[in-house]
Amino acid sequence: MSAVLFFIAAIGALAGAIGVVMLRNPFYNVLSLVCHLIALAALFLLLRAEFVAAAQVVVYAGAVMVLYVFVVAYVGGADEPLHRPGGALKVLGPLFGLAVAVELCIAVLGTALKGISGKGAPYVPGFGSPEHIGRLFLTTYLFPFEAASLLLLVAAIGAVVLARRRRGLEPDEELDPRMHPSRPVFTGTMAEVAGLRPGGGTGGRGTDSERQTEPIGAQTEIGAGTSRREGGW
Amino acid sequence: MAIGWYLTVSALIFCIGAVGVVTRPNPLVILLCLELMLNAGNLALVAFSRMWGGEDGQVFALIVLVVAACEVTVGLGMIVAIYRRQLPINVDELDELHG
Repeated sequence: MSAVLFFIAAIGALAGAIGVVMLRNPFYNVLSLVCHLIALAALFLLLRAEFVAAAQVVVYAGAVMVLYVFVVAYVGGADEPLHRPGGALKVLGPLFGLAVAVELCIAVLGTALKGISGKGAPYVPGFGSPEHIGRLFLTTYLFPFEAASLLLLVAAIGAVVLARRRRGLEPDEELDPRMHPSRPVFTGTMAEVAGLRPGGGTGGRGTDSERQTEPIGAQTEIGAGTSRREGGW
Repeated sequence: MAIGWYLTVSALIFCIGAVGVVTRPNPLVILLCLELMLNAGNLALVAFSRMWGGEDGQVFALIVLVVAACEVTVGLGMIVAIYRRQLPINVDELDELHG
């Protein structure tokens, strides 16, 4: 039974991996990586690593793949050539992969490790459970655990800094007149609702001659016009 | 199943990922193939953890998971920044360090 499950999961994982490399559309690449990850989680379950399998499905197939799908949808997932136009790598790349595969298989087959042909250590109840993993994380591997949390924080901040809009590098989008139709001054603002400014609807103190129209954002452009073109980093 | 089978599958996945990194021109797909290689390493770690009967390998696998998530976040942020500046999303044409 375990052998049948292993072969199903292994074939699924390998097929997913080949799909990631061979399919042309980035959307299909991401979807085939999701299949690969789920098959890999089944392999982890066969190896009695329940917590790692659950984390794999939740973190990878859930969160990271959603990020990938959003970025592919943002950038545009059109079909693309499978190889670079140069041509030499078309032959050398698979040859390189084949050489690495042969080398690794020689290493696995020719190893002197006795346990590699066995089914592993005898199973103790609770092996791979969250309790054992958490105990290891908070005792023996406390420093890697803290370093990993710091790394996550740095990566989150770095992604926000990298992907934010920068001034001066892109064409201005916020002054498009179709998106911002002109309206009377000080209408529809929070200040008018709060009664701080005389607006058209609240007090009726402003007459029509006083109102002039200007697009929203014109004031901010006058205010920030000097710093707008300085460029970001 | 013997542990050697798991290691063989791990080696094959690693090689497929390496071929993808070398041949594909799209940085998005290159990130996906890097994920494949990291997952192959994870599978080997978990297999060895099963072989020795200790959970240390699974702890390493979780750390690798965290590192992979960080790498993906920063890489995708860079791809979004490249797209915003209307540069080609192709590693052969992105060969200058200065913008």
